Amino acid sequence: MEKKITLSVKDLKKVIGRREIIKGLSFDLREGEVFGFLGPNGAGKTTTIRMLVGLIRPTSGTIHICGFNIREHFQNAMESLGCIVENPELYPYLSGYNNLLHFARMLEGIGEERIKEVTELVGLTERIHDKVKTYSLGMRQRLGIAQALLGNPKVLILDEPTNGLDPAGIREMREFIRFLAEQEGLSVLVSSHLLSEIQLLCDRVAIISKGAIIRIDTVEKLLSNRERVVWRLAPIDKGKQVLAAMTEIEEKEDGTILTEFDEQRTPEWNKQLVEAGVSVIEFHRKLPVLEDLFLELTGGETIA
Amino acid sequence: MHKLIQNEMLKLIAKKRLIVIAIIIGVLVMLFTYAQYKQIQTQREKLGTSDWRTILQQQIVDTTNRLSSSRISDEWKKQLQISLQQQQYYLEHDINPSEPGAPTFMRIFLENSIDLFIPLMVMVIASDLVSSEHSLGTVKLLLTRPVKRWKILLSKYITLCLAVSLIIAIAGILSYGISGLVFGYKGWGAPILTGFSVTDTGLNTSEVRLLSLWKFLLMDFGLVWFVAIVVGTLSFMLSVLIRSTAAGMGVMLAALISGAILNNMVSSWKSAKFFFMVNLRLTDYMKGNAPPIEGMTLSFSLLTLLVWWAAALMVSFMVFTKRDVY
Repeated sequence: MEKKITLSVKDLKKVIGRREIIKGLSFDLREGEVFGFLGPNGAGKTTTIRMLVGLIRPTSGTIHICGFNIREHFQNAMESLGCIVENPELYPYLSGYNNLLHFARMLEGIGEERIKEVTELVGLTERIHDKVKTYSLGMRQRLGIAQALLGNPKVLILDEPTNGLDPAGIREMREFIRFLAEQEGLSVLVSSHLLSEIQLLCDRVAIISKGAIIRIDTVEKLLSNRERVVWRLAPIDKGKQVLAAMTEIEEKEDGTILTEFDEQRTPEWNKQLVEAGVSVIEFHRKLPVLEDLFLELTGGETIA
Repeated sequence: MHKLIQNEMLKLIAKKRLIVIAIIIGVLVMLFTYAQYKQIQTQREKLGTSDWRTILQQQIVDTTNRLSSSRISDEWKKQLQISLQQQQYYLEHDINPSEPGAPTFMRIFLENSIDLFIPLMVMVIASDLVSSEHSLGTVKLLLTRPVKRWKILLSKYITLCLAVSLIIAIAGILSYGISGLVFGYKGWGAPILTGFSVTDTGLNTSEVRLLSLWKFLLMDFGLVWFVAIVVGTLSFMLSVLIRSTAAGMGVMLAALISGAILNNMVSSWKSAKFFFMVNLRLTDYMKGNAPPIEGMTLSFSLLTLLVWWAAALMVSFMVFTKRDVY
């Protein structure tokens, strides 16, 4: 059975002055899904997210959150939404608890019990009564999430959630987001300019460039046919010859050779190389980096 | 709604602005009390008496002497004539214009702080009420709650009004409490004259009434409160329009100071009377001082300020509810 659509965006446009910043985006989010929003800086990720959460008024197009149009039923729509836009900026002169209390007062029927619950969920119980200005970035990030979860949202929007976190923090955040989607059934929209992050975290990805979606697909599909194999061979000239006879090759400056990756054929190439007397020093699968993916998808457009 | 106001109050108190303001007012009141005390002492030494009639007579003689000097401007001459007439009126009716005591100090303090000091204190709170949310970035969290934008702004405005009332209460309590230590706490019932009106021919005393000082003070407080609300609303609007607190404060400060300067030089520029900043000295009308521009009356100033207030409030709400937040 198809899962319920929680966030639906249709033909979203934003014109500032004469420039069309966002050129008609359409996509849907389903229950329990982590959706990635991938694009270089300046592609329109943040502008789009700000339109989704009601900070910026779209020039045209509609946004529905759990069936409510955010223009016509702002209050109902926002009740199902939790978000962090850019950094989790909270009041530094208030304690973590007072920050949560402050935002809980802006929601219907959210009391101290829920505050305690989300505090435990993000693991801040020990420091919750300290002033936010004494928190580390990771703790602020967690408080930001706690704040976003206060109102039991169905949709969670996180703009660059791992920005500024250390590797352990990034990993922790990733696991937490997966937990929210899988166990709690939330739809999570995550934006990032890092492919590796999106790849580990998301189910589906929209690639956005210059205000338009170039492609929406599942992570596996998007990456699988773009995987490459890096070969280090000796002697190199002979190796090149053997490989070129079987597939398309690309020579790199550092003396390695790139070919496509194919489950069946790649081992066969290796065998051929060895039989031809070429020593295979190294060969490994290489995932495409965002730059490469972009170059291919946009046909030469460089990352700004 | 009350929860939103509670939120704003929580933030206001956590920022400790009100405490800072209370300290500033306290220190200034102490300074003024000491200055006033010194002044009375020197007067007593010069004249050898503490009888107010002798002092007032001496003042009248001084004023007359200054009037006979040929070097003073017409403007100033008119002002002096008016105050001379007032002084004579007080003397004839045997009423001390500045009955010693804390209530009189309070009155003088209010009259002198209405156009700059109190507005300044109000500005400290009003000018970062909205812009600080922008500079902290918390506006993004505030506006993505299931609460309409106008409600958020209204809660902030109500908080401002409460804070303004509190500032004026603090000013009243501190000026009474501190000056009373030196001048004594009595004098609420002292008579004071009001209703002087300045006309083309000079001072009109036909409508002069005798009031108890406490009634007069009550009116003074009302006027100060009104001015503080208007100035607060204007700073509030700037706080909405200009995202930087410092820039907003700068603009407001420039306006207030220019008002103090303009008061002394706009008498021939008639249309300047529509500026809000030359209309702030409302308590002067109560005392019967000549207005900075001919034809300005209490009701004119009240109305002008009211128009500025309404416009500022309208602009604030329109911009805040419509604007894209980046």
